Amino acid sequence: MTTQHEYVDGNRLAGPLADVFAVDITAASTSCIGCGRRSVVAQLHVYVVGEGYVARCPGCQDPVLRYARTSTGGVLDLRGTLSLQVPLPG
Amino acid sequence: MSIVNPGFFGRRRGPSDRIPPGQYATEEFPVLSAGPTPNIHLDRWAFTITTEAGVEHTWSWDELQALPHETPTVDIHCVTTWSKLDTSWEGVSLDVLLEDVETAADYALVHSYGGYTTNLPLDDLLEGQAWVVFGYEGGPLAPEHGGPARLLVPHLYFWKSAKWVRGIQLLLQDEPGFWETLGYHEYGDPWREQRYAGD
Repeated sequence: MTTQHEYVDGNRLAGPLADVFAVDITAASTSCIGCGRRSVVAQLHVYVVGEGYVARCPGCQDPVLRYARTSTGGVLDLRGTLSLQVPLPG
Repeated sequence: MSIVNPGFFGRRRGPSDRIPPGQYATEEFPVLSAGPTPNIHLDRWAFTITTEAGVEHTWSWDELQALPHETPTVDIHCVTTWSKLDTSWEGVSLDVLLEDVETAADYALVHSYGGYTTNLPLDDLLEGQAWVVFGYEGGPLAPEHGGPARLLVPHLYFWKSAKWVRGIQLLLQDEPGFWETLGYHEYGDPWREQRYAGD
């Protein structure tokens, strides 16, 4: 039996999301639209299904961020995110 | 020399002919889930078909078990490129479940415990093409593979065969599901390699 169904932490998103963001998105903080919990992206529970990534809130398990690499580009869905706070140099 | 093409007699395709383009055959049954496996108690399990008029047809676990069972053996094809041949299932045909449902819908949106959804044309659920299955290879369907019950629509990529199925919403207009809203193909025919929108 494989263990592919178990989630990994949000650091797994660093590579795929480097296609989209110019900053390391795993250090950003998100707030979940389901329960309001604020999490660093690296703390999210990430389910990897081939080239699809579903990052879930560690509190309520709702999807916070989804990303897929398709044949024509990257598709990012942030509808589960109230806000995404990105650390930038001052 | 025969003038009749051997295909005329329904020659069974060999294993290599049964692997769609871009796929490889595996003996494994990989577990791929977009979320945690839900804990579903059979005494609270229900399957509901909701028509476009809002009419609900609901089966409890015992009511589903009382319907005629079928045991399809089919090939399955995952969009992540694995295919598994000759998988054996036990379940109830959607033809039976939809038999007394009055609808003018052309589309279906499948709902699962845990929030997953996927869409497909209603015609693809009919005429012996789809089942609600609860048995796999002679035993109960394991939770990580979608138990207690999942949809089985083997002629489409396997993300359409929703795990932990809890109902089907019949719609007059198509509505994309979980992966379809993230750029996956609306239909998902493995023989046309319809993995992503635009393929």
